[in-house]
Amino acid sequence: MAPIIIPLALYLVGLFLLTYYSSRYLNRAALKGTFIEEYFIGGRSLGGFVLAMTLVATYTSASSFVGGPGMAYAQGLGWVLLSITQLPTAYITLAVLGKKFAIISRKINALTLIDILRHRYKSDFVVIIGSLSIICFFVAIMTAQYIGGARLFQAVTGYSYTVGLAIFAIAILFYVTIGGFRAVALSDSLQGAIMLIGTVVILIITILRGGGVENLMRGMYAVNPDLLTPFGVDGFISQGWIMGFWVLVGIGVIGLPQVSIRAMSYKNSASMHRAMIIGTFTVGFLMLGMHLVGTFGRVLLPGIENPDLVMPRMTIEVLPPWAAGIFFAGPLAAIMSTVDSLLIMASATVVKDLYSNYINPRTNNQQLQFYSLGITAILGVAAFLFALNPPDFLVWLNLFAFGGLQATFFWPTILGLYWKRANAYGAVASMISGTVSFIIFDTLSMRPLGSHHIVATLLIALAAFIIVSLSTPPPDHKIIHKFWGI
Amino acid sequence: MHKERNFQEDPRYRQANKEALIGIAIFILNIIWWYVFAYGLGSGPPEDYSYICGFPAWFFWSVIVNYVIFSFLIWGAVSFFFKDMPLETKDKEVEKHNCQEEN
Repeated sequence: MAPIIIPLALYLVGLFLLTYYSSRYLNRAALKGTFIEEYFIGGRSLGGFVLAMTLVATYTSASSFVGGPGMAYAQGLGWVLLSITQLPTAYITLAVLGKKFAIISRKINALTLIDILRHRYKSDFVVIIGSLSIICFFVAIMTAQYIGGARLFQAVTGYSYTVGLAIFAIAILFYVTIGGFRAVALSDSLQGAIMLIGTVVILIITILRGGGVENLMRGMYAVNPDLLTPFGVDGFISQGWIMGFWVLVGIGVIGLPQVSIRAMSYKNSASMHRAMIIGTFTVGFLMLGMHLVGTFGRVLLPGIENPDLVMPRMTIEVLPPWAAGIFFAGPLAAIMSTVDSLLIMASATVVKDLYSNYINPRTNNQQLQFYSLGITAILGVAAFLFALNPPDFLVWLNLFAFGGLQATFFWPTILGLYWKRANAYGAVASMISGTVSFIIFDTLSMRPLGSHHIVATLLIALAAFIIVSLSTPPPDHKIIHKFWGI
Repeated sequence: MHKERNFQEDPRYRQANKEALIGIAIFILNIIWWYVFAYGLGSGPPEDYSYICGFPAWFFWSVIVNYVIFSFLIWGAVSFFFKDMPLETKDKEVEKHNCQEEN
């Protein structure tokens, strides 16, 4: 066990140092009275590398390291073809939200996505629906990530589920509350780097153990020739369905609040440019590498029934122990970097979007600082307790969290930036119709239009937005002036 | 839309809009490249596949080359078409004042 634990311990020490570094910024900001801006958005000072890494690491979760490669094991190269639809994540988000999002968030001093929507639509409905959507879905995702992480920890180290969970929860709470958004972004960079190294290591070792790519392909052909086709086993991956992934994990990612918030946190346009390039190289490499390892696993370790066990078993049985430790830190880092971002953003939603807007608008900086830390702690502990004994409704919510968030925020965010005629009625109609139709399609496991149901969901949400906006009065010219004027 | 005589659009948005369109254009090209090679070369029976670097040709072109080409394409597009611009608002004082009124 020791060789596995050493890289993990080093990783925790690295987190600790980054936290200490960030806490100095946070303390300085507290003295200057800008605590909230520093805590929730890192004082808008991310450089290109950190922006790219935090974008990719937040987006890359347990599913990229465990679930996805497991599916690639079962379905072969067709699933790698599917995974590469995530290549645009970084460039499309930064290009479309782009400088406009950064400029507007500075104009109105926005610290959250909801801040932007609130100023753009001037509607309590938009704020409240949006906030509730963020809080519910985020807690569900955090719980699911904790569960995935703790199971993996258990499978690889042999320690109990509860111990794994406690280490996760304590480490994350520690660096988020002490270091704020800056610690989240910096630790995401460390975690992104670990994921990259882990992917390189496991990819090279798997190819060597398999006797080269050619040999591995021959082996896959011998298991089942379908594994070499773009269609998966017995045509599981239909063309129409896989096309939907360009929306779900490609352009739709713009609608995820934990992704779009990063488009307002960078320092200047040069950091955005650099992040588009670094982010694209990184996310493509991670997806391609991890999913290929999954497919190769089919030859090296045939006969694994449960796809979620593929990566843990590959780690233990294929890698030498020192490499297992390095690789194993990868998915743990992926999980932590997702949870930390959701945690700080859910706290921002409670404190900034709900509490200081509706419950007590007269709070001073000192109180906001106190509540921010308190809410972060409460949400972090809540997700930990939920993960100890997962309630059914959270498991249920997590199923639609990814698509549900996109259905809620995709059009209100994009049309708010690019369509002057977009108004609050349209936004509310889009948020509600989108979320509801996604949940219905998902529950009935429908594939409308012969594609992934996110496509039909976003079309319905778009239609609702346009029709309702055009049949109600245009937004006040003051709003247009503020968003588009000089 | 209200006709406002003194409404002047933020001049930075022209460039920002252009960059968003470039991003979408690359995204669409990306889908086309991926689709044409995956299904153009991969639709036949697997026993007829040709191989490049050990991978089936469809996979080599639509996944591996796709990754390399589009990463470099983004690099090129960003270097040539994306422009540096200040993100701050010019008269910060006025903005701060407005913000306080709003909140």
